[in-house]
Amino acid sequence: MKQNKQYLLLIIPALIVSLAFFLLPMAKLLWLSLTEQHGISYWYILTKPVYLKSLGSTFLLSAVVTITSLVIATIVGLFLTRHAFRGKSILVAMLSFPLVFPGVVIGFFVIMLAGRQGLFAELGLALTGERWTLAYSIAGLFIGYLYFSIPRVVLTVMGAAEKLDHNLIEAGRSLGANRWQLLRDVTLPALTPGLISSGSICFATSMGAFGTAFTLATNLNVLPMTIYTEFTLNANFAMAAALSLILGFITWLCLTIARRQGGSSLGMGG
Amino acid sequence: MNNASTSVAITLKQVQKTFSDGTLALKPLDLHIEKGEILVLLGPSGCGKTTTLRLIAGLEFCDQGGQILFGDRDVTSIAIEQRRVGMVFQSYALFPNMNVSENIAYGLRVRGESKALKEKKVQEMLTLFDLEPYAERGIDQLSGGQRQRVALARAIITEPEVLLLDEPLSALDALLKKRLRTDINALLKRLGITAVYVTHDQEEAMAMGDRIAVLDRGDIAQIGTAEDIYLSPKSEFVANFIGQMNHFDGLLHGQALSFKSNFMALPEALYSTHKEGERLRCMTRPEDMRLIAFEDATLKGAVFHSVFLGDRTRVLVSVEGVTELLHVDCFERKRYSRGDRVGLLVPPLRVVLLPTKETEDMPC
Amino acid sequence: MKKGMSFYFQLAFTLLVCAFLIVPIFMSITAGLTNNYFVGVKSGLTLRWVYQVWGLYSDTIWLTINIALVTTLVNLCVGVPCAYYLARTRSKLSAFLDECLTLPIAIPGMAIALGLISVYGGISEFRMSWLFILVGHVIFTLPFMVKSVLAVLQSINFRVLEEGAASLGASFWQRFFHIIVPNCKTGIVSGVLMTLTLSAGEFNLTWMLHTPLTKTLPVGLADSYASMRLEVSSAYTLIFLGMILPLLMAAQWLNRKPKRTA
Repeated sequence: MKQNKQYLLLIIPALIVSLAFFLLPMAKLLWLSLTEQHGISYWYILTKPVYLKSLGSTFLLSAVVTITSLVIATIVGLFLTRHAFRGKSILVAMLSFPLVFPGVVIGFFVIMLAGRQGLFAELGLALTGERWTLAYSIAGLFIGYLYFSIPRVVLTVMGAAEKLDHNLIEAGRSLGANRWQLLRDVTLPALTPGLISSGSICFATSMGAFGTAFTLATNLNVLPMTIYTEFTLNANFAMAAALSLILGFITWLCLTIARRQGGSSLGMGG
Repeated sequence: MNNASTSVAITLKQVQKTFSDGTLALKPLDLHIEKGEILVLLGPSGCGKTTTLRLIAGLEFCDQGGQILFGDRDVTSIAIEQRRVGMVFQSYALFPNMNVSENIAYGLRVRGESKALKEKKVQEMLTLFDLEPYAERGIDQLSGGQRQRVALARAIITEPEVLLLDEPLSALDALLKKRLRTDINALLKRLGITAVYVTHDQEEAMAMGDRIAVLDRGDIAQIGTAEDIYLSPKSEFVANFIGQMNHFDGLLHGQALSFKSNFMALPEALYSTHKEGERLRCMTRPEDMRLIAFEDATLKGAVFHSVFLGDRTRVLVSVEGVTELLHVDCFERKRYSRGDRVGLLVPPLRVVLLPTKETEDMPC
Repeated sequence: MKKGMSFYFQLAFTLLVCAFLIVPIFMSITAGLTNNYFVGVKSGLTLRWVYQVWGLYSDTIWLTINIALVTTLVNLCVGVPCAYYLARTRSKLSAFLDECLTLPIAIPGMAIALGLISVYGGISEFRMSWLFILVGHVIFTLPFMVKSVLAVLQSINFRVLEEGAASLGASFWQRFFHIIVPNCKTGIVSGVLMTLTLSAGEFNLTWMLHTPLTKTLPVGLADSYASMRLEVSSAYTLIFLGMILPLLMAAQWLNRKPKRTA
């Protein structure tokens, strides 16, 4: 009918943008990764230690970061929802800022904290007479990834904890459960969907974080850095395409899990 | 203002609606609503009353072959924005981004009317609906009754050919409902506007409508004035939907309906149309039945339970040969207790007889 | 209830975590305003570094503002009607479009950038212009705009409002501009703020898409982190924070307001 045509008119711009600048490039990327050098890139990724190591270490780092942020953020998030104190709202607002900081800036913050002239270095100098420089090692990356992961989980935990039915806690207490039992049997199960969802978003963001690794220029070859090197230094477009598609597939998988758990995809930093 | 000049009659010819999932929402329907008439569509949810209204409005379109006329104008395939209808929605659908005046003026705004005309007409509406103090208020600052009035003002300001009201009072509390339905009825009559009014509340239907169409599962079960429908329901469904009814089965013997040892005399109009020995369902309203002395009655029973309801006492009587307890309203301040032997008097003209449908079992 | 050990332990831990997130921001602000960071604040405060950054990198700042604004404009024109369509219809096409629009959130910027280069890299005029970066930013930020508007549309009963307007004679476009757009204003505003913030800070895509003549602020930042002294980098970061913190605060304020009235 006439009206349906008008509705179609509304999405034509979105369709054009999406087709021309997203679907077409992605298809081309897939095509290139499969046809150039007869798709040997995928074989190399599976067999050459350089790529396997890059994939493995990125995976490991992201997993450790995710678990650490979940633990830290659950403690902080629960504390912030349960207790009211002055300045809390400002604190919570500030906690959400790092969500949209670009990776490069977070990398710079790591330098400020743990670089050669950073806070930790001064601290180490005062305490042991030795400058603690963590920024350019795997520890620096870890700090950086934690920096953009913690806020996301804290906000999710706070959201879930605020929705938590207080009667459940009271019911548990009336039945004689102690604090740990309540945490284990009531609070954590209620937070689980949120934790899974924000955990998978953290993992995906960490896997794809380029800016932080780029700024810290560590010797550690995380996947986005490998892709970048393949593309610029080795001019191996097929390999870069294959690697970035694998990376894209992993992050897409994580976000699908997150969406299944009802989590909204907050802005990707890193 | 007066809508009598713009109002038109509505005619539906063989209008049928099948939803996209294949369910038949409305069986082929013929309906004629006179110019200036208020027709109420009454029925339980899912009976097709809202669908009928939305078809008339142009929010839905009927299946091939149906025809909807406004006066002589065929509007069957015309979209709502060109039909010149006014509509009041159940949730009022007031625009939260506009204040009261802007909401009321919206119909004139989209028609590109002049500022002076808009102001004049909005002022008329504000006065008519006692909304002057709220002209600049936001929608969220209004009470339910005020919102209802804004919705109505917004719908009639454009002097629509027909006014469609979709359960406009259902969001209000009982007291306000009662007051508003008389107000709205008076207003619609004064404007002389053709109106279709949807409700599931039978009291509201009787207060509002010149005629009532009772709908049941996508079909008109009965159409007529409130009196027609209340006093001579054509089916058990209608009888049950409007007011309360006792229904009980008996056998026709001579000029009376008999229940084992009891019998009930019938007027000629009723007994002459049925066969001797036929099993018939008898329906009668609690307020029409009277309790009389046991000895004087042909229909005798014992009180099972009685409830004092303030304006009346509801007495439940068990009668030999009748499976259901009969509900009788007693308006004298008289006390009954369980086991009291009572006689029942049923005025013959207040009885509705229908052939029994063995399969249907409807509790009173 | 009495506050026990556990309360103070949790408080300390929370404050520590907050410090971890907030201290670096203040450190880079002070470093950018300090004469000599080695010596510390006692070396005196100065705007020297900020001026120096302005001299070196002002073009990146203007380009970033330009791209962020145009991205927002494009998102408004493309995203708002699209969100309305998605809220309104439930067809295969809308499900497909919804998926296509969510995907760029999931796909790392590098992959999108590589794809764009592989398709359009050959068109050198396009490749060399800032429009190339703009396209990347639109793809990356559009989902956020759409989701933000969609969330508001799903929370209001816009269908009934539209039917109301239609019954009063409003045409399709009148309904869209008089009813739909004003009533999802909060979603549009938060979508705009999100777009501006994300576009201004976008690095992963932009780094791959930029040319020496089309450097945005984050690209300049990476450049300065690698080659400039700490004070200059800090001053540059300070300028960046000065640009996006107001946007973030506005978004915070916007998010809090409806909760209070509700």
